[in-house]
Amino acid sequence: MDIGLTPDQRTFLAATRDFLDRTASGERLREQAEAGGFDRAWWSQAAELGWTAMAVPESLGGGTVSGEPVADLCLVAEELGRHRAPGPLLSTSAVLTGLVRSGDAHAEEIDKILTGEHLATWAVYRPDQGWAPLPDATTARPAPGGGYVVSGAADRVEYGDLADVLLVTARSPDGPVQVLVPRAAPGVTVAPTWSLDATRTFARVGLVDVAVTPAAVVHEGPDAEAAVEAQLLTAATLACAEMCGAVAAMFATTLTWMSDRYTFGRPLASYQALKHRMADDKTWYEACQATTWGAARALDSAADDAAELVGVAKAYVGDKAPEMLQDFVQLHGGLGVTWEHDLHLFLRRVLCDRALYGTPEEHRRRIAAIMAGRAA
Amino acid sequence: MSSADTEPVEGFRLRARRWLKENLPPAGAASAGLTDEAVWRRARELQALLHAGGFAGICFPSAYGGLGLTREHQRAFNEEAAAYEMPVVLNIPDFSICAATLLDQGSEELKRRYIPRIISGEDVWCQFLSEPGGGSDLAGVITRAERDGGDWVVNGAKIWSSAAYAADYGLCLTRTNWDLTKHAGLTMFAMPTRVPGVTIRRIQMVDGSAEFCQVYFDDVRLPADSVVGAVDDGWTTASRQLFHERDSMGGGSPYISGTRMRPGTQGPRLLDIARRTGRPDDPVVRDELARVRIMDVVAEQVAGRIGAAIASGAMEPSAGSIPRLFAAERMWAQYDAAMRIAGAAAVTGSSADDAGLGQAGLRYLSRQGASLGGGSTEMARNIISERVLGMPREYAADRGVPYRDVKRGPN
Repeated sequence: MDIGLTPDQRTFLAATRDFLDRTASGERLREQAEAGGFDRAWWSQAAELGWTAMAVPESLGGGTVSGEPVADLCLVAEELGRHRAPGPLLSTSAVLTGLVRSGDAHAEEIDKILTGEHLATWAVYRPDQGWAPLPDATTARPAPGGGYVVSGAADRVEYGDLADVLLVTARSPDGPVQVLVPRAAPGVTVAPTWSLDATRTFARVGLVDVAVTPAAVVHEGPDAEAAVEAQLLTAATLACAEMCGAVAAMFATTLTWMSDRYTFGRPLASYQALKHRMADDKTWYEACQATTWGAARALDSAADDAAELVGVAKAYVGDKAPEMLQDFVQLHGGLGVTWEHDLHLFLRRVLCDRALYGTPEEHRRRIAAIMAGRAA
Repeated sequence: MSSADTEPVEGFRLRARRWLKENLPPAGAASAGLTDEAVWRRARELQALLHAGGFAGICFPSAYGGLGLTREHQRAFNEEAAAYEMPVVLNIPDFSICAATLLDQGSEELKRRYIPRIISGEDVWCQFLSEPGGGSDLAGVITRAERDGGDWVVNGAKIWSSAAYAADYGLCLTRTNWDLTKHAGLTMFAMPTRVPGVTIRRIQMVDGSAEFCQVYFDDVRLPADSVVGAVDDGWTTASRQLFHERDSMGGGSPYISGTRMRPGTQGPRLLDIARRTGRPDDPVVRDELARVRIMDVVAEQVAGRIGAAIASGAMEPSAGSIPRLFAAERMWAQYDAAMRIAGAAAVTGSSADDAGLGQAGLRYLSRQGASLGGGSTEMARNIISERVLGMPREYAADRGVPYRDVKRGPN
């Protein structure tokens, strides 16, 4: 977490941590994971704690802890990572980030998402392909009399099987659009897909001639492009914070393990070769935290270089977090690759966060483009 | 440090912007092609100019010739000064290590005597710490200082003293009591370099530079008031130097004015290399460029994070080894990427006396420099694991033993 949180942020963090300690314990998580999701009542409680409110302005019923919405959300995301807890924080925050850009046009839907009554998610990934801001697998044909008819497919739709409403990014003849589609709408099919992260489910969404009313159109043209970018940057930053939390948890576990585990009459922690590995891991961990909070602050202050700083964070943390977790596995010996040990749960979470909303490779491509633009 | 009558940062920034525009030449042009000695002469001139203009020693207390302003003022000044010719060679170690340590450890008299002359550019300081007999084991110094009447007489040798040839004074760590344990019997002196008995020899490095010096002391006589800190408590002073060194290398020092490094020591210009080799659009090259950019950004971010944590007391000063270690990794990333982007062109020049793209190869020869200077990365890893993470300390055969009884190699 950041150095120098406000007193309000500390109080909020303590409440969040306490809530997760109570409700996201190891056994409960495993039960929920085996059942394929999470408890909606639990998410409503989380919403009451304010998790859904940060991305929404006060005029629409939301509000932040510190005045810095992404920083506040990062506190939650980091705790989710630390507890490898389920919950649709990333997708919900991405959708809300998009919806609030249209003022109060979607106030009713925003309110339902705020309270946890509706679960919203984002359908943006073209099946099996990498991140593309304007996917061409889903098309929006203008309907006579306004609105669109949407057809296509998206996968990696977070909690798509549980969601009530989808924010669909599609392509119209006049450029990109984003529309709200109820999951129950005619022509929508949702099929759960296998997920590496046992605590998070994904679905593949099929859309066949789904009618979208003008009221359900959220963004068009350049607005849609800007909204997709804002959604990406928010979700990518939260993914970084989740990875930081996961690494923090397993760093502490590994350090304790190294003190308690004796070989050749001395603790593992006394071997210089291993001490130096932990020193590297500590350095990379602090770097992950520093760059994640750099990204969060850049978004909150609408800095000119926010896109680059989020890319830097996602590329750095996405590379380093799995590497560190694999080091923790190695330091645990054979125990580290057993189902019983929690390490794999954190590794799964981190690999999922690495992949979503731009892989390190994809973000490096974006950074190179920004550099080229600056040099030109 | 901040008070009601402190000049607001933005006002200070605008005043600096105007002054710099009117008084300093643009960066780059003037200092290109100067000999080493001329670079230092020029730095003193520039510092005198800054001092006369009221922009020297921004974070040093006004009692010792500074401005008594905040890090934010210094940061604003650095941003404004980026485009101008600045005396950046004075940053490390003169301002950010030597003057900073004098401020922490010097007597009131020493501080008033020396710090104003450093800020005005009249005196330049260096460090006499490491010895030929030992690198990382810094406290194991065997340069001796012995009392002779009211004076001290120093004999021995030092190595890796940056720019000693250009300095007027050195902070010299000596052993004054051999009956005490390693760290206990040391004393730090303020030693003039231009006195009888001090011999300075420059060391030629693999990349052709000769900034480091070896220094010999033969019966160098120092008055009693040359002691910095207390007699036999020199390790406390040396520890402050090490802290300030880490702080300055990691980017956290408030005493650095302008960019941290001298221009020639900054990272390779990778985009230029990519263009000259005709590969600016090669996806592999673009990935390399982005990777280095990421390391550059994160290095600043981690230095800022740890610096703030140390300043607020959330972390111990030993955490300064974290950005130090990261900075070394960043340099690897830069030099390695330069070699890969330059490709086959990294080993030849563009003419007989221009290394051209071969600069990438030449720099690569000293790639490990950033992992060695200022305490090796191995020592940084020891500090992080032992002091930051609390892991068990390494066994040391010299712990708790009078230093005269500690085994030493032949030298």
